[in-house]
Amino acid sequence: MTDHDKTAGRGTPVLQMHKITKTFGNVIANENVSFDLHKGEVIALLGENGAGKTTLMNILFGQYTADHGTVSVFGQRLPAGNPRAALDAGVGMVHQHFTLAGNLTVWENIALGTKGLWGLSMHAAAAKSKIRALSQKFHLDVDPNAKVASLTVGQKQRVEILKALYRDSQILILDEPTAVLTPQETDALFATLREAIALGLSIIFISHKLHEVMAISSRVLVLRHGRLVAERATQDTNRDELARLMVGGDVAQPDIPMRPAGPALLTLNNVSTDQLQDVSLTLHAGQITGLAGVSGNGQSALSDLICGLIAPKSGDLLINGQAPKSWSPRRALSARIGRIPEDRHKTGSIADFDLTENAILETYAQKFAKRGWMNWAGAASHAQHLIDTYDVRCPGPATRIRLLSGGNMQKLILGRVLEEDPQIIIANQPVRGLDIGAVNYVHGRLAAAREAGAAVLLISEDLDEIMKLSDQIHVICEGRLSPAFARGQLDAANLGKWMAGEGGTHAA
Amino acid sequence: MRLEPITNPSVLRQSMPPILAILGAFAVAALLALIAGGDPLAVFGLIIKGAMGSKFALLETLNRATPLIFTGLAVAVAFRAKLWNIGAEAQFYAGAAVTAALGTGVIAAPSAILLPTLAIGAALAGAVLLLIPAILKTRLKVDEVVTTLLFNFIFLLFISYLLEGPLKDPMGMGWPKSARLTPDARLPRIVDGLRLHWGFALALICAAALWVIDRKTTLGFEMRAVGQNVEAARFAGIPVNTVVLKTAILSGGLAAMGGFSEVAGLKGSLTLDLSPGFGYTGIVVAMLALLNPLGVVFAALFVAAIFVGADSMSRAIGVPTYLADIMLASALLMMVLAILFSKYRIRSG
Amino acid sequence: MELFDILLSVSFWAAAIRIASPLIFATMGELICERAGVLNLGIEGIMVAGAFAGWISVWAGMPLWFGVAVAMVVGMGFGLLHSILSVPFGLSQHVVGVGITLLATSVTFFTYRVALPEVSSPPKITAFAPVELPILSDIPLIGPALFHQTPLTYAAYVCVALTAWVLYRTPLGLAVRAAGENPSAVAAQGLSVTAIRMGAVIVGSGFMAVGGAFLTMSAFDSFFFEMVGGRGWICIALVVFGAWRPGKALFGAVLFAAFDALQIRLQQTGIGAAIPYQLFLMMPYILSILALVLMSRRAEVPAALMVPFSKGER
Repeated sequence: MTDHDKTAGRGTPVLQMHKITKTFGNVIANENVSFDLHKGEVIALLGENGAGKTTLMNILFGQYTADHGTVSVFGQRLPAGNPRAALDAGVGMVHQHFTLAGNLTVWENIALGTKGLWGLSMHAAAAKSKIRALSQKFHLDVDPNAKVASLTVGQKQRVEILKALYRDSQILILDEPTAVLTPQETDALFATLREAIALGLSIIFISHKLHEVMAISSRVLVLRHGRLVAERATQDTNRDELARLMVGGDVAQPDIPMRPAGPALLTLNNVSTDQLQDVSLTLHAGQITGLAGVSGNGQSALSDLICGLIAPKSGDLLINGQAPKSWSPRRALSARIGRIPEDRHKTGSIADFDLTENAILETYAQKFAKRGWMNWAGAASHAQHLIDTYDVRCPGPATRIRLLSGGNMQKLILGRVLEEDPQIIIANQPVRGLDIGAVNYVHGRLAAAREAGAAVLLISEDLDEIMKLSDQIHVICEGRLSPAFARGQLDAANLGKWMAGEGGTHAA
Repeated sequence: MRLEPITNPSVLRQSMPPILAILGAFAVAALLALIAGGDPLAVFGLIIKGAMGSKFALLETLNRATPLIFTGLAVAVAFRAKLWNIGAEAQFYAGAAVTAALGTGVIAAPSAILLPTLAIGAALAGAVLLLIPAILKTRLKVDEVVTTLLFNFIFLLFISYLLEGPLKDPMGMGWPKSARLTPDARLPRIVDGLRLHWGFALALICAAALWVIDRKTTLGFEMRAVGQNVEAARFAGIPVNTVVLKTAILSGGLAAMGGFSEVAGLKGSLTLDLSPGFGYTGIVVAMLALLNPLGVVFAALFVAAIFVGADSMSRAIGVPTYLADIMLASALLMMVLAILFSKYRIRSG
Repeated sequence: MELFDILLSVSFWAAAIRIASPLIFATMGELICERAGVLNLGIEGIMVAGAFAGWISVWAGMPLWFGVAVAMVVGMGFGLLHSILSVPFGLSQHVVGVGITLLATSVTFFTYRVALPEVSSPPKITAFAPVELPILSDIPLIGPALFHQTPLTYAAYVCVALTAWVLYRTPLGLAVRAAGENPSAVAAQGLSVTAIRMGAVIVGSGFMAVGGAFLTMSAFDSFFFEMVGGRGWICIALVVFGAWRPGKALFGAVLFAAFDALQIRLQQTGIGAAIPYQLFLMMPYILSILALVLMSRRAEVPAALMVPFSKGER
């Protein structure tokens, strides 16, 4: 690319990826991607979901074999498709989804596979003392004897990093490492990374969070649609430019004026479940309530609760001021709660069912059956109606839903929900993994439902999304809910504190 | 090596598995026939001749297929809902036991009343027998594979107790068998003079009914949804546990109807060797049929033909009749493998 | 009380250990498979094949231990087949297991008929004879029960110790446990989940076959069609009962065998005469189901049991 002259003369790169191309069927995941990584350098790999970052790293790591191109570490070409080769060459990867066995201890997870399988002893004492030494050196405090299942998310990430360091890796790859961390844990992670750079390690930092990229990297590579579209020295660029490069143009944003609160449609009074403590929340007609928070802090539990999958252990759940006699998904649906689940593949749809069957999954008994006999003709025309109304691009209602893109799948689920004219809508990560067009479509529809008087609960890890759409905001941390903040009442610093569990009174 | 999903498999590709499985089974059988000192072509010729070479052979095959249709349907309906019922053998015997207990003169009624009573009683017994593991599964998450398997042993011992105690035939000269059914309790022949009873017709009716349930009713929709993705089904408000229990009733009932048909239609009394593993063979039948109710009929006919043909072949040239069992086991394994390759292709890297 | 007389007799406990021995081998085999994440329902058929293979080898003139080795190799062969279908191809472990059981059983019976076409009752071999271990067998009650057994029973003890040691004390065992808990943890460390799981299924199946061989080469001296008679399924229940730990599973097997030995003896007493013998024969199966129900609330199942793994899933 353009900046090769700048990086020349710094000796052999520690890592070189050269003209990497990888396709999956018709989808081009990486096209002709080349870059070098030098000793003591942090490269940020920036790109939206689906830009090809993870595929590129999986090729480096031997999980995939590239169609074309080579990977070299310390000047040596790595054999393709061999995860072991990358590890042995000194590349360590901290995966976005932790690769830890919960039932094993910290040291067992770290030592796994490092000594050869056929030894007669695990050399536990030596392993543990090496781990303790590394912990100290890199400020990665964790007990080697603890069961991994008992650790916090932040601690688990430390174990992941220790796994790489334990193998004396010289190159660290971190895939979206901050997605699961509080701002404070992120700071600690950055301190560890700076320590590592000072000791001569090199780092590839994969992220789509601009401020973090600006804070930690020395060079930024931007991937879009599988191609390397830009390379910048961090000091020569800024967040606005990177944002434009990443999305490839300006983004249209739904314009949502503030609205006054209507009557309370759903109220939680001091509700506790296994993962929620004393949660109080009110959803008002004609408002979007945003739920911010680091993932894994009880969002799923709250969503499951309102969706009817779990019942309160104590406290009251009121719909239109009344407590339902029992609580189940069926009850939630008959209370006109529309549910957009977090995982559209596992929870929201049945992959091998066609669009018609998926469209009537929640209403077949009430609307498309009489005395136990299905009305398939009615179901198919309903599905066709959803396809037309919600712009679901597909060959027709008899298509199996697994063949649809994420965006079209989500549009069908959205249509399934909105067509029932819900008074309350739970949208859990409604735009995760969607392209910009689909994101705007979903946001526009949610805003329209709010105009029509629905009470919307928007759960998202993306703060920008919450800030753009919400009339009021709650923050969730370790199963506890912050008070409601009106739009504009929270600044970034304040929000960060609540997300880390340090806001307000309950932290005492 | 990696498996890559084929996004839009052709009809040809989707219909290949049963054919490949059958061809594979024959290949394995040919090899073993050679080892056993038989000429494979002669062995296959004798199997085919023994299965359908004469009116007698053909009727024998249809009679043998009848219980297999019932157990095949029982397994298919359960497996479709991911209820792993390996206990069709016990449920089959439950139906047979009820038929033998109530059909030997305990209820004095004309055929028109007695036969439906026996059939329903048998189905209920089978349903109850599968409901126990199903409830253990839904309430306590006990794996139903092992419980239904163990139930087979328990129930066979129970049958043995019945045949030596309460149901013992006083005229049986010490053999563990029940008394013969009264004439009113016997399923008549479909056509006079042909040794084929109404149980076969009942099996076909059950297959058609199951197909209708599967495609046209809410229960069928619910069972398929639970089988394909239990999490999504639960989220959508489908009462998953109730559906599993209804599936159990249907599955256990169907297997038990097989026992009723076999006792009332063919054998006339209950013995310990009433079933040469119809319940287990039902698994193969269901898999060969890709769990499709109508496919079960054809798969059962095929499997029955192999068994009947192998018996006759074995009598003629002495290659052990267990060749049939080996063919079915190979067909089962090749079937699941072939289904995989109808959906995925192997890619390197 | 007759019951106490039975419980305090050496012959009762010796019988319990003898009945437990095949269960111990097969349970360890199943435990190894499940610890790596694969449910092996081929166990019943593999035991049948092992019982036959060991016995026929000795009948054909080979030494006893050679017969055990043949049984093990045959078991590993079926394990290889199971593992190819269930691991890299990721097929339903339920269906593959039932298929392997059907295949192994029918191949065994077929081979028996081909090898011995004319016999009405199967020939006998000279089976393993009990060997008294010096000193150890002098311990009152326990000594003669535990240490006046055939060498194959001693091998069962070794099998448990070996399984426990490998699982908990060696890098290989760590990898096996991790493969059953979270296969991506294994893959991320550069190890092959496929190889580890296949290896576990193959070795585990070998142990199952030895469990079968115990029946024809130590407990009895001949081969009968129905001799395994559901012992394999019982071992699957025992693995659950033992919470996937070798020591606890051993305890379960012995406890279970003690009940079995007790029911045989109770049949000959006053109580036994009043109760149909079938009820006694049902006891092992009923106990297995009870064990499953009682253990169902404990969450110690390997997290990735029955979850196929394929690398680089998108």
